[in-house]
Amino acid sequence: MEKLILRRVDRNNEEMVLNFGPQHPSTHGVINFIVETDGEVMKRAIPDVGYLHRSIEKIGEVTGYPGFMPFTDRIDYVAAMFANEGYAIAVEKLLKVEAPPRAQWLRAISGELVRIASHLVAVGTMTMDIGAFTPMVHGLREREEINDYIEALCGARLTYNYHRIGGVAFDLPEGWRDKVLAFLDRFDKFLPEFDRLITFNEIYKKRLANVATITREQAISYGLVGPNLRGSGVDWDLRRDMPYGAYPSFQFEVPVGKGWAGAVGDCFDRYYVRCLEMKESSRIVRQALETIGQTPEDIMAKVPRNVKPEAGEVLSRVESARGEMAYYVVSDGTNKAYRLRSRTGSFTAMSIIEDISGGLMVADLVALISSLDVVAPEIDR
Amino acid sequence: MATVTLPKGNPRTKLLLTLAVALALPVILFGAVLVLATLAKPEPVQVFVREVLGHDPATWPYTGLVFAVVAAALTFMILNFGAVVAAVTIWWEMRVSSRMQSRIGYNRVGAGGFFQWIADAVKLLLKEDLIPAEADRVLFRAAPYFVFAGFGLIFVALPFGESVIAADLNVGIYYITAVTALVVVGILLAGWSSNSKWALFGGMRSAAQVISYEIPAGLAVMVPILMAGTLSMQGIIRAQGAWPWQWFVFTNPAALIAFVIFFIAQLAESNRPPFDLPEAESELVAGYLAEYTAFRYAIFFLVEFGNVWIMSAIAVTLFFGGWQVPGVGAAAYEAARGTGALPAPAWWGLQVASMAVFFVKTFLVMNLVIWIRWTFPRIRVDQMMNLCWKYLVPGAFATFVATLLWQILVARVPVVSTVSGVVLTIAALLALFQMLRLAKRNVEAGGDQVDLSNW
Repeated sequence: MEKLILRRVDRNNEEMVLNFGPQHPSTHGVINFIVETDGEVMKRAIPDVGYLHRSIEKIGEVTGYPGFMPFTDRIDYVAAMFANEGYAIAVEKLLKVEAPPRAQWLRAISGELVRIASHLVAVGTMTMDIGAFTPMVHGLREREEINDYIEALCGARLTYNYHRIGGVAFDLPEGWRDKVLAFLDRFDKFLPEFDRLITFNEIYKKRLANVATITREQAISYGLVGPNLRGSGVDWDLRRDMPYGAYPSFQFEVPVGKGWAGAVGDCFDRYYVRCLEMKESSRIVRQALETIGQTPEDIMAKVPRNVKPEAGEVLSRVESARGEMAYYVVSDGTNKAYRLRSRTGSFTAMSIIEDISGGLMVADLVALISSLDVVAPEIDR
Repeated sequence: MATVTLPKGNPRTKLLLTLAVALALPVILFGAVLVLATLAKPEPVQVFVREVLGHDPATWPYTGLVFAVVAAALTFMILNFGAVVAAVTIWWEMRVSSRMQSRIGYNRVGAGGFFQWIADAVKLLLKEDLIPAEADRVLFRAAPYFVFAGFGLIFVALPFGESVIAADLNVGIYYITAVTALVVVGILLAGWSSNSKWALFGGMRSAAQVISYEIPAGLAVMVPILMAGTLSMQGIIRAQGAWPWQWFVFTNPAALIAFVIFFIAQLAESNRPPFDLPEAESELVAGYLAEYTAFRYAIFFLVEFGNVWIMSAIAVTLFFGGWQVPGVGAAAYEAARGTGALPAPAWWGLQVASMAVFFVKTFLVMNLVIWIRWTFPRIRVDQMMNLCWKYLVPGAFATFVATLLWQILVARVPVVSTVSGVVLTIAALLALFQMLRLAKRNVEAGGDQVDLSNW
């Protein structure tokens, strides 16, 4: 990196070094890309991360176990529920307790609703980055409604702080279930409408097809997770393959990139996998809302007020909207974690950009960044 | 319960005021253009000098000055017309786009936010006028002049009605094509002089785009020129009839294709989506506009939206019969004029009707441009070049040759022109019907309903 910045630009081949960020409308947060371009064609783009580093992992080592929960919201503010969930599961494993079934169901319901909301932002901003403004507004309109329901559930629209070690904070409000089911009826009609509006638009397909193709091998070797991994044709979803919480009780498909518009693993595949996942999430929420009545009313396991797990280490993995999110927590027997580490999908997604950006156009870099659905605070933490 | 505080002032007064201005603006603007365009001719000025001032216009030394005053007033009104049209276009576009996007849109200043453009203009005028330290100051300042000149000069040859045109140049459309190119000079200067990499990218893209698309646009323009046999804007309109089956776009199948090519090329030339690459927000931040502020920025903004009106008006002139009023032939205008120095009232009525027809057609084409902006994603720079050189340029050449052959055929068998007009008009109506049907079906499939209640 230093070398690149200090290196004299060779003026004979008309190469230009462009700072794509940190303030740029398409970096979705504060990220910088150092782009070497020759006219419109890039030689490579080097991500320069760290602008949003807030030492969240270090904070986790000084706040004590229950006190860290609100901070996990700030790891990924677009889909904070999964950061809550991963941390709660990690500490529950340390304490060797398990959340009661109703809490598991509530975690699945809130999580899948937030997954829909997060994917709506992802596909919406992607269409905006490609130059179509209207689909984004339609996506955000639906997301607002989900935010309303989540607010009714836990009092917050963005930073939920809904999970607790050993359960969740609140049970379903009265009438919530029917309202959400009615919303899902509308939402299932919205998805085909969204497809008609933008997904199958010829210009949109041409902009994304065969652009920044990530092969199956590349995706695995760079540690891509979630929709980015599945977009490259790897059939892997933690909810199905390493089930946790209430997920074994639900029926759902795992959409995998098939090269709908061009090669398997291009930007369109990563985009469309998210569209299909929203449909599956809607299915999961429906099933969970229909069966939640059969669970006992308890939403919290017995957890001591002063959380003081035995010395040991655990790893918890959950399928976040941005892919696998892992918490590695080491306890030394005190009421504070000895080491807390979170592994997020956006950070690993950044590393592949330098490798596949050579030969792309500047406009394709925008498509690539948004197709990876990176969220700046999740990269830096 | 929270108490709802109503905005200060009487909503009914606000609504009435807005309606009054919204109705008065076009009347005043179109009226002033109509009156001044009629008066700014040598004969009425000579009559005025002889009858009112009591001098012999041939020998009185100040006749030229009187003419210059009337011409200057006309120029002033036409520039105002351009500015207000651009501003109202912005308002209309924002209202339409907010309907498309389930948002409310402008609603603060005036009823329906109609006066938002005044507030925006005042705000932009009061902003700090910033020139980047490393910018080329002279070129940076010069760029908006070029852009505005390219915009304002088009109005010289733009027809508003049967006799309402500043100057019916015999090379009208050629002149318009030429002065439009001034805009790209301004954009290129803006991109270069800002001394910003984003602006440079935008300027280069704009230069590549506008110069490439001038070629298919120029070739497509040849089709109506060949059919009319003149370059004059009024001549092209007079060669068409008032009814749809008499418009150039339908009387010649090649002209229909030429219109599509011309329309796409015009979108690209005025940097409208899906060809807004020079200022692509998500790629180039704001492209060539990145370093501009205040009044200079306002000029670029005005020209961009004013061009929507201009490109619609040119398309209407060349392909959709311009101001031709159904059932009113060229002889009717002549007969209504009378023999006096000033035309008879009936003639003024016909002029107003022709302006109204022209306005409605232009407005419909303008809506199409707005719909396209808010539904299409942006194409990439290489795809933009591909589209131009691989499809539009050969296509425009083909329509050009086909029109030559068609004109020979029409000269031998005049009826083919009418047959083509009627057949293509019916086809267009069927396509329109199908579009409405699809729209209705899609609205119903989304569990929605057509609702215009909260305009």
